[in-house]
Amino acid sequence: MSDVYILGTDMIKFGRFPDRTVPDLGAEAALLALKDANLGIQDMEALYCGNLYQASAMVGQRILQEIGQTGIPVVNTANACATGATAFREAWMAVKAGVYDLVLVVGVEQMGKGLLGGGGGGKGIPREGLLGSGTMPSVFAEAGMEHARKYGTTFEQFAKVSVKNHHHSTMNPKARYQIETPLEEVMNAEMISYPNTKLMCSVNVDGSAAAVLASEKKARELGLGRAVRVRSSALTSDPWQERDLVMPDVNTCTRKAAKTAYEMAGVGPEDIDLVELHDCFATAEILHYENLGLCGDGEAGKMIDEGQTQLGGRIPVNCSGGLLSKGHPLGATGVANIYEVATHLRGEAEKRQVEGAKLGLTHVIGLGSACAIHVLEKVS
Amino acid sequence: MAEAQALLPVVDYLKIPDDGDPYLEGAKCGNCGAIYLGSRRACSKCGTVGGFSSEKLSNKGELYVFSIVHRSFPGIEVPYVSAVVDLEGGGTVKGNLINVEPTPETVKPGMPIEVIYKTAPRKDAEGNEYLTYYFQPRG
Repeated sequence: MSDVYILGTDMIKFGRFPDRTVPDLGAEAALLALKDANLGIQDMEALYCGNLYQASAMVGQRILQEIGQTGIPVVNTANACATGATAFREAWMAVKAGVYDLVLVVGVEQMGKGLLGGGGGGKGIPREGLLGSGTMPSVFAEAGMEHARKYGTTFEQFAKVSVKNHHHSTMNPKARYQIETPLEEVMNAEMISYPNTKLMCSVNVDGSAAAVLASEKKARELGLGRAVRVRSSALTSDPWQERDLVMPDVNTCTRKAAKTAYEMAGVGPEDIDLVELHDCFATAEILHYENLGLCGDGEAGKMIDEGQTQLGGRIPVNCSGGLLSKGHPLGATGVANIYEVATHLRGEAEKRQVEGAKLGLTHVIGLGSACAIHVLEKVS
Repeated sequence: MAEAQALLPVVDYLKIPDDGDPYLEGAKCGNCGAIYLGSRRACSKCGTVGGFSSEKLSNKGELYVFSIVHRSFPGIEVPYVSAVVDLEGGGTVKGNLINVEPTPETVKPGMPIEVIYKTAPRKDAEGNEYLTYYFQPRG
């Protein structure tokens, strides 16, 4: 089967846009990606739109009302924080299957404020704070504490993830924040759920990102100049685990997706030049170094200590600033990751460019759980 | 008007027998032995349909992991320890760990835990009272 290519991709600068609408934010990214591909909405044969909080409100169709109602099929996806990556994967599959030659993917989200998760609900009394916590900072704190229990990972090591990603974001004009956060500041920030302080939690922002995918035939016809090849796409749900009734498992589904993605691409983790992974909380990034095979089990703490994952290190992770500083608009995140990696593969990441990047990997987790991984390759 | 309204269970897997002490109940798969809190149609580990037996879970266990929650939703008292506890003989439950200082120096993974039962400090909209469970260090 022939390959699928990214011909255009872009994102808006993430931020807070309370006066704008979800379709308007999505439309902006869609037009940016189309422009980047030097194509128009009339060229698109389908739209795959990822959005979580308005999952029942036909966001894709409403985006077309803003940029061109050409009557193409629209698929709206929702898959928690893997929503955008799921839209991208559905688009990839349709092109891979030969159904379409050119499709558009948009991920978009407008976020509320405050803590996510812990809703509980249903009958009876609220269980939050009575039967533990279901808030996201706490859930991911506990996932990190499992690593700490096994390998002795420290609060300081988790905090270093946040220092690194905030540092990276100072070189990304599209990140929500461009602010250095020294270790003491991260560790002394307001404790949300130990060991995650406020600066170790992802930033709730509004945002959108988009990509144009093409069949090999179409990509060659239009010119492969800045094209990026999609080497693999993997999506998993969480296999049964002993404790998963009370402790969502983000590890097994990531390991399973990574195995599939590496096998499909015919590469190993040692071949990857950069990674954008799901650092929804600083604790999570540590787990995924091992889950993605970037180091051996139990070596993630050492990896952050030695700076192996910072720009210039052995395998730079989250050069965009990650969800911790670029921001985490749920439905947009998976597509924004793809934009980031593609930008490096095109050699257009400017100050934060990973020199000579040929292969990159994107990873997202939707708690509940879904894991999506894509391996992207520089073409020329 | 009834004088002493019976306590309702905070979750379905907390059982309050007419005679005897409350306990947590698991559903055990007859094929592979996986334990669930609450019933389900088929075992999500092995896929066997039905054939679950009700198991009285132990009130003794050990702390697997925890977090210390300093910020929660409005109205919820903080800080508190959110704890994941492995029970002796099987079953993992989540709850608040009480009667210990909520600090990383005092709460340790692996520490012996016991499950205790108390009236919850919250009522529902109709004013019903609930029985809940907590964890505390086991001496």
